[in-house]
Amino acid sequence: MDTIVRIPAPLRSLTGGADEVVASGATVGEIVADLEVKHPGLRDRLLDAKGVRRFINIYVGEEDVRFTGGLETALKAGDQITIVPAIAGG
Amino acid sequence: MIDSRRLASVTEAVGDTPLVRLRVVTKDAPDIPVYAKLECSNPGGSVKDRAALRMMQEALKDGRLTRKKTLIDSTSGNTGVAYSLFGAALGIPVKLVMPSNVSKARKDIARAFGTEILFSDPLEGSDGAIGIAKRMAAEDPELLYYPDQYSNPDNPLAHYYGTGTEILRDLGDQITHFVAGLGTSGTMMGTARRLKEHHRPIQCVAVEPDSPMHGLEGLKHMASSLVPAIYDRSMHDELCAVTTEDGWDMADRLAREEGMHVGHSSGANLFCAVNIAEKLQREGKPGCVVAIVCDRGDRYFSPVKWDKRYVW
Repeated sequence: MDTIVRIPAPLRSLTGGADEVVASGATVGEIVADLEVKHPGLRDRLLDAKGVRRFINIYVGEEDVRFTGGLETALKAGDQITIVPAIAGG
Repeated sequence: MIDSRRLASVTEAVGDTPLVRLRVVTKDAPDIPVYAKLECSNPGGSVKDRAALRMMQEALKDGRLTRKKTLIDSTSGNTGVAYSLFGAALGIPVKLVMPSNVSKARKDIARAFGTEILFSDPLEGSDGAIGIAKRMAAEDPELLYYPDQYSNPDNPLAHYYGTGTEILRDLGDQITHFVAGLGTSGTMMGTARRLKEHHRPIQCVAVEPDSPMHGLEGLKHMASSLVPAIYDRSMHDELCAVTTEDGWDMADRLAREEGMHVGHSSGANLFCAVNIAEKLQREGKPGCVVAIVCDRGDRYFSPVKWDKRYVW
């Protein structure tokens, strides 16, 4: 299943400047794996050994995946994923 | 001896911040004093008071800013608090553009002074907020004054006349290294310029996040950001890339081991400062390191809008 993923400005160097990309997978973890195939380097920016990095929030719709099962969070048709830095830079 | 600090206005309370020696996190560098310059002691709670006040006062002097205008700028928080505070004190309305993922505490503080906040897209970061503030100011120059902290020479000058001069007054020939993070770069540009005029060499070390996507609020990853016009790479001798985790962990240690509850960017500065001290100690060299504490950790207690149930 294809899902739209919204990419924040600091990560767009890895997506050729695109602010939205499409990735496929049944869970958030599978989406991240597919993003890594299509845009190498993205996975390490989002995850560390323990899961989603502390300063990164991944939302499915309005919900932070930390509270919906983390990387196991299942996706349904029409879901949109948004990656948001937990803080604002400079 | 008691110094009088009876002041006529809150604007006079800016600057002359204390230098405090760290004792515990520097235990592996016992012979190298490391001092934190507590910019959180400014009335607005951050290093940004210096630049904001000078930019406003200088613009008032030459008429770029009047009491009939509204000040507008983009800010990820601390500068906004400073504008708001001095705007209230000087009778100037303030309007701020900030990404909506700025910490709630800072939005609330700015609002407490009567400031209007306009939110920009959190996905576009601070560069998105800069674009909006610039456009609004260009469309309405009669009613809006845009200090543009990224380009305004009074930002670094506040540190040239303030921060740098105070450090030399307090430490004189002792200081060998100065550490500050890069956001607008004003602190490093102005302080370094003053320190470089000293008759002994002082190494100036700029701290930046190790990656464009980071959690060190207030700092800029220059390679992937709009580079501020006031930034001059040649003003600092070294660039020290710090991971978000190292900055956050040092901020925690400073609270628990030194009784200094500082923000994450200050944690990154002190992480770098302690590394420098440890290296000097290992090499048997003398030294004395000063690092900027930009603000206090309580600015970061509140979760941000987007992470309503998020706990750090």
